[in-house]
Amino acid sequence: MPNMSPKKNPMPSQDPNVRNKNFLEVATGYTEEIAIDEAKRCLNCKNPKCMEGCPVHIRIPEFISKIAEGKFEEAYQIISCSSSLPAVCGRVCPQESQCEGKCIRGIRQESVGIGRLERFAADYHNAHCKEKPARPNSNGHKVAIIGSGPSGLTCAGDLAKLGYDVTIYEAFHLAGGVLVYGIPEFRLPKAIVQKEIDNLIALGVKIETNMVIGKVLTIDELMKEYGFEAVFVGSGAGLPKFMGIPGESLKGVFSANEILTRVNLMKAYKEDSTTPVKKNKAVAVVGGGNVAMDAARCALRLGAEKVYIVYRRGIEELPARKEEIEHAMEEGIIFKVLSNPIELIGDDTGTVCAMKCVEMELGEPDASGRRRPQVKPNSEFLLDVDCVIMSLGTNPNPLIKSTTPGLDTHSWGGIIVEDDASTSLQGVYAGGDAVTGAATVILAMGAGKTAAASIHEYLSNKQ
Amino acid sequence: MYKIVRKERLNPTVTLMEVYAPLIAKKAEPGQFIILRVDENGERIPLTVAGYDREKGTVTIIFQIVGGSTIHLDYLEEGDYIQDFVGPLGVATHTDGLKKVAVVGGGVGCAIAYPIAKKLHELGCEVHSIIGFRNKDLVILEKEFEAVSDKLFVMTDDGSHGTKGLVTNPLKELLESGEKYDEVITIGPLIMMKFVTMTTKQYNTKTVASMNPIMIDGTGMCGGCRLTVGGKTKFACVDGPDFDAFEIDFDEAISRSRSYPEFENKAREKACNLYKKEVK
Repeated sequence: MPNMSPKKNPMPSQDPNVRNKNFLEVATGYTEEIAIDEAKRCLNCKNPKCMEGCPVHIRIPEFISKIAEGKFEEAYQIISCSSSLPAVCGRVCPQESQCEGKCIRGIRQESVGIGRLERFAADYHNAHCKEKPARPNSNGHKVAIIGSGPSGLTCAGDLAKLGYDVTIYEAFHLAGGVLVYGIPEFRLPKAIVQKEIDNLIALGVKIETNMVIGKVLTIDELMKEYGFEAVFVGSGAGLPKFMGIPGESLKGVFSANEILTRVNLMKAYKEDSTTPVKKNKAVAVVGGGNVAMDAARCALRLGAEKVYIVYRRGIEELPARKEEIEHAMEEGIIFKVLSNPIELIGDDTGTVCAMKCVEMELGEPDASGRRRPQVKPNSEFLLDVDCVIMSLGTNPNPLIKSTTPGLDTHSWGGIIVEDDASTSLQGVYAGGDAVTGAATVILAMGAGKTAAASIHEYLSNKQ
Repeated sequence: MYKIVRKERLNPTVTLMEVYAPLIAKKAEPGQFIILRVDENGERIPLTVAGYDREKGTVTIIFQIVGGSTIHLDYLEEGDYIQDFVGPLGVATHTDGLKKVAVVGGGVGCAIAYPIAKKLHELGCEVHSIIGFRNKDLVILEKEFEAVSDKLFVMTDDGSHGTKGLVTNPLKELLESGEKYDEVITIGPLIMMKFVTMTTKQYNTKTVASMNPIMIDGTGMCGGCRLTVGGKTKFACVDGPDFDAFEIDFDEAISRSRSYPEFENKAREKACNLYKKEVK
């Protein structure tokens, strides 16, 4: 008999007023008892809708049944058939619009906590399994992966399991891409990312850091001089957007990428870090996505007294995951929605001291289906801030495009691919944010999987 | 890890290091830069390439000791290793088709100006170099400049070496005397480049300035290095570091360069106590 409780088991978490001062993980995870109880809420549908909502089609009811039976390692093994980064996805996937959004239990009540259960199974495995995955026999074919973010790691993992000789090239000094420079420690502990990377290394994947492909080596050189038969481009969307309003070049104005990179990759929050990051009194984060929530919550943890999220649409329209919004609110982030900055004002040292905004109201739906925000007349107001963080999205990194002749891209920079992830160049595949523009970890993983399958097919036929 | 194969103290606050990085040495061009991290806990700092030896596989960097990281870097000796060394980044200085160029360098900026002067010289371009320093103890690369320049002017603020005065003095005289340059290339302190640009503007002589702002990733990700050029936001790391000097908002760049003075001072005090080095 399933557990018919209408509500999900809540996620055990640090108290908001404690966690908003530290960088430890917010959610501490289900215990075995809670996980079994939650798993019993699954109706084990014959036609599981949840799987349709998962970009990598994890066999969700199957793994949940195993958790209900207390067979946690078996549950993990089922997940890992489809996902190469379960501990990551259980934490950062937007489940409410994917698997959990399709869950039958969610129609009238709360859906099954699929993400929380995925995380539980992955954490259980990581805590109990000391074995490294076995290294498969080599098939002698070399594949290069550009970028070590979610799409690159997934593609590398799938190909390595098939016996390919895989080398990942990473521009930073540390592998992980957005998982290490973007998503903060309190949401995704870096030890978890490192564990996933260690597993890839155990599979025989080589990781070359400090390699900016396009500069130190081109894709052409990788294929002609280094003997790579196929290349996967997963270089991400790192180029930050600014608003183009007066005052954006004042000191104290940053892109979310800069703040997050300083804090996450360079560990500026630690006392012994040599990378500077300022302590601010009042911080305004412009934007409403997950990155905006991350930047705001980092600013709060660095000691800001007031942190605002300034967003031009309403609270309902915030594109961030629901859980991130709730966490941010609990921690004391102030949401200034239906507000849009029009100018940043500086003091006599050239440092931002205030942000001039206008109030907005929502009009008719626009092309994206969301109601178009329009300016309320005579609604200007000033927000006193000493730091502004622009979190307006990012465009694909231009380095590969500008150094790879014949690689077709959209005018906004995204690499053009077919359904099988192939690009306009033979043997070159692409996926993740480099193709879609800024999106989610799981979509990038899905693209990495597709590309791995296509590369395998391409190289198998070539032989 | 990247081995330091040669270290040379050019003056009390400026050090040269030749680093074994064969892939970067193969591709580097004058005007490009690298990013390095001294050790596991280091910050990422950008340094412009001061030279390269494609056969030996080495890249030369010349740096001024200003903050914690450069003090720490200077602490390393020949045979030691630098943790991370990435490049070559940025767009190389444009040299094609130039027949006559004035290269104006200031202080440690001369380290970056030199490979550009050298390349122009090798391409058969007439090179007039003007290099300026605070005093004779800080003069670097004078002989090297002499070897690649058709005319060389060495200036010091206090007149202790070369001619007393600013780099803009001989520049103005040259332009006034009717010298026509395809381009003036200037590299040095922002304030110097600003005044060089004000001078060349009067003669409508195309001027290129090499900018070296605050950076983190150096690949177009953080936007920390942004500056306003011709009213548009540009990223020095991917769009530059060279820009049309007439279009650069120097005052804004000067203001932005002073974002972290208290951190630099603190790092300097801390590092000085640690290594007992004198820093000016």
